[in-house]
Amino acid sequence: MSITTLPLDVHAIRQDFPILSQKVHGKPFVFLDSGASAQKPKQVIEAMRFVMEEQYANVHRGLHYMSEKASDAYENVRDKVAELLNAGSREEIVFTRNATESINLVAYTWGRSTLKPGDAVAVSEMEHHANLVPWQMLRDAHGTELRIIKITDSGELDWNSLEEVFADGKVKLLALTHMSNVLGTYTPVERLAKFAHAHGARILLDGSQAIVHRAVDVRAIDADFYVFSGHKLYGPTGIGVLYAKADILEAMPPFMGGGDMIVSVSYQKSTWARPPHRFEAGTPAIIETIGLGAAIDYVRAIGFDAIAAHEQHLTEHALATLNQVEGLRILGSAQDRGGVFSFVMKDAHAHDIATLLDRQGIAVRAGHHCAEPLMGRLGVSSTARASLGLYTLPEEIDALATGLERVRKIFA
Amino acid sequence: MSDVLYQSVVLERSRNPRHAGRPVVFMAEGQSENRMCGDKVSVFLDGALLRHEALGCTILAASAELMCEAATGKTVDEIATLSDKFEHLLKTGQEIPELGELNALASIAQYPSRLRCATLPWSALRDALARAGSAGDSASG
Ligand SMILES: Cc1ncc(COP(=O)(O)O)c(C=O)c1O
Repeated sequence: MSITTLPLDVHAIRQDFPILSQKVHGKPFVFLDSGASAQKPKQVIEAMRFVMEEQYANVHRGLHYMSEKASDAYENVRDKVAELLNAGSREEIVFTRNATESINLVAYTWGRSTLKPGDAVAVSEMEHHANLVPWQMLRDAHGTELRIIKITDSGELDWNSLEEVFADGKVKLLALTHMSNVLGTYTPVERLAKFAHAHGARILLDGSQAIVHRAVDVRAIDADFYVFSGHKLYGPTGIGVLYAKADILEAMPPFMGGGDMIVSVSYQKSTWARPPHRFEAGTPAIIETIGLGAAIDYVRAIGFDAIAAHEQHLTEHALATLNQVEGLRILGSAQDRGGVFSFVMKDAHAHDIATLLDRQGIAVRAGHHCAEPLMGRLGVSSTARASLGLYTLPEEIDALATGLERVRKIFA
Repeated sequence: MSDVLYQSVVLERSRNPRHAGRPVVFMAEGQSENRMCGDKVSVFLDGALLRHEALGCTILAASAELMCEAATGKTVDEIATLSDKFEHLLKTGQEIPELGELNALASIAQYPSRLRCATLPWSALRDALARAGSAGDSASG
């Protein structure tokens, strides 16, 4: 595999990620766990250092120079996120801690105020626990129903099952992943949004994985809710995003109460601020939000066309290379799939695979990937998973394949 | 590849278990599960007989095997001592002569993320002993 065919100058990009030049157990560090959390470029690290050293104070509170500076930098990120998602307005962007909190926010406030007992929420068999457990909690607390849409053996949404689940008209929310963190499958979100809307339901998309690899246009999709975490998008931990259409947010009651989310407070009554501040109680993750802004600048400067082309190329290379490892089986074979590969090997348990690879400096994830019901559906208890980032080199896939050959020999 | 953890004793024991399988009759069953990874192990007691059913990785299976071998015929107190020594071995990596073949797992000390895999069968054994104990109590009372 010659690097001249790469659409990105990956070697130059790797210079931006200080951690990638480390050695692990004396071997070059091959990081194939970006799907769990991505590494950070120095632009992000620098932006966070800068705000702490030169621009830091609480936001929205002080009538002083530093607070204004920090507030501007913080609010500026809202514009960057709105542009990233092509949202209709900056007020449609709510900052949270992560995708998990974003989904919980929707379940708690929109779920309880808009859904009635007996209404149903539909999710698929390939959801992360983050897009399953909040709907179970809503079911148990509020009397809504939770329905599960099946997937096919190739790891794609089963359209017949989708239609069945919607047949009686009770489903009022379709909550789905935009890209599976286990199978790599992209879901056909435009079509799904049309389908949901035609059946009188809203659609929430878990973009935790997809946002990293593709340009996302929430208006083209016509998504009602879209969520993601900053830390998978090369940004810091502690900052996540909830996008929701303005009219939906406007009608939603607050999530948590406290400072920043009110207009006025007396002992008798408080009045809520308008979105997005209504949903951002308390001092937010100022430094992390600014870090997310730098991450968005970083990926947009590279461009999602180039990122997607690079990853497409890597994905094809990975599928071809891994399929040559004897006894290895990749789970899922969706037509539209990205750079997340879960696999099992004959006679070798996922943890043994991960441990043996780690000793060669190769980081993969092993376990149920926060998707226990999906593991059951696939008939496995755990898998090993390699996931790609914009800094991944074809040579790293080759190193993985070589490592797996060694694993195979140990267990042969 | 020479990888200290996956030496021949460990591989051999996980591949060709001598103490695996659920007995038809038994006195008590103990279980333990690692929620992180989904690995599970059951331990069955029937008088002096000790068997296990390990669903998981190589380390779990090898550890369950070696445990059954080492603990068979021992008293509850002796098992407790053995278990303490074994945990010490896993944490320090220093072999202890009376642990015998269990010493094959000494290199776990260099793999802290795999510690639970090796200790899981022992917590299932403790569970089984506790159940056997309380069954005995209620029988006598
Ligand atoms: C598809 C998907 N949804 C949700 C999440 C949860 O993300 P976080 O833990 O950052 O809230 C993840 C991350 O593992 C994910 O892959």
